[in-house]
Amino acid sequence: MKLNVWLNGKKMQDEIEPGMMLLDYVRQKGCYSVKCGCETSNCGLCTVWLDEKPVLSCTVPAARVEGRRITTLEGLQEEAAEFGGFLADEGGEQCGFCSPGFIMNVLAMVRELDDPTEEEILEYLSGNLCRCSGYMSQLRAIKAFLAYKKGEHAV
Amino acid sequence: MLKIKNYVMPTTMEEAYELNKKASSRILGGCGWIKMSKNPIGTAIDLSALGLDQIEEKEDCFVIGAMVSLRQLECHEGLNQMTQGAIRECVRHIVGVQFRNCATVGGSIFGRFGFSDVLTCFLALDTEVELYPSGRISLSEFVCQPKNREILTHIIIKKEPCEIVYLSQRNSATDFPVLACAVAWRNGRMMASVGARPMRAKVVVDETQLIQDYANEKECEQFAEMAAETLCFQSNMRASAEYRNYITKVLIKRACRIMAQRRNEQ
Repeated sequence: MKLNVWLNGKKMQDEIEPGMMLLDYVRQKGCYSVKCGCETSNCGLCTVWLDEKPVLSCTVPAARVEGRRITTLEGLQEEAAEFGGFLADEGGEQCGFCSPGFIMNVLAMVRELDDPTEEEILEYLSGNLCRCSGYMSQLRAIKAFLAYKKGEHAV
Repeated sequence: MLKIKNYVMPTTMEEAYELNKKASSRILGGCGWIKMSKNPIGTAIDLSALGLDQIEEKEDCFVIGAMVSLRQLECHEGLNQMTQGAIRECVRHIVGVQFRNCATVGGSIFGRFGFSDVLTCFLALDTEVELYPSGRISLSEFVCQPKNREILTHIIIKKEPCEIVYLSQRNSATDFPVLACAVAWRNGRMMASVGARPMRAKVVVDETQLIQDYANEKECEQFAEMAAETLCFQSNMRASAEYRNYITKVLIKRACRIMAQRRNEQ
């Protein structure tokens, strides 16, 4: 079947299998930041944005996104690198396998929530599992990033 | 991986219903559960093009399309105001924001899953479901029906004065609940909807009015004891039947206490 989508701002037209999941489609298109972790809709590694909202690409059939906009980390390189710097400073990336999905969700949170509290941050990111960091370094990185963003906007 | 022969996005309800008559056809919800199935699907029917992804507030009810995501429920101001945050509370522990942006309310309700937080909460409210083609029935009636080829199109929550508290017990954050519990004071009577027993949610109504005033802890304790005795529980890898029975009493009493606290704060 035919699929027409916007992937990271570029219009794509492809022939896909009816049962293909979005995760497999974006990887087939070279977006290797999108990782396959649990495949049971639990870990958040495969997070991409569908029309600006974070979704699990392992759970969305590719055929469902017909005509819609998909964003992966490859489409947000500048912002991702900016937050990635904070993550590295706090030792929050460790093995790094979960980082792309985590960064996608942090950037979605920054767009959706205005000045989130610690509780709101933890709740928003509860669907991103990390088996290395214990989450505290990631939380420090987010707080530092939010403080930096706030200062940037104040200027 | 999902094995699908044909993927169809119908543009009318009638088309979806006709396609769904075949035994090998499946209606797709959020796909969180169906993708784990090894059974091949002949025709996957995606309802995304039918405009079922909206929550409409009417004078006397909220009409929720079957393709509304759990995240939409969580963030809907009107629904959460009416339910004192119970709807938000019942979905916010489900995996994560990305999952809740995928999972649909139709899939949660139609599946009649034992672990469903959403079903547990909605059963404690005055809720109906709209089925195509047969029309509306109460959610409590729908839950007891065997699954058929009809299509769940909307969930209707009536606006009525109601005090409700939703609580759940989980072994770890974002996991399935060990026990889910919605306690509601409706028409001067207490009711408790208890799910994840681990069977699907069931409602116990305080028919004999053990609770005259939910600020009375003794009365609440009597109702909690009665509810735990009335319901049956089973053991699974998450918890034993005995534990679930005990936690039912705890959560019902806790919910009554929260209601009383809210009243004092008003």
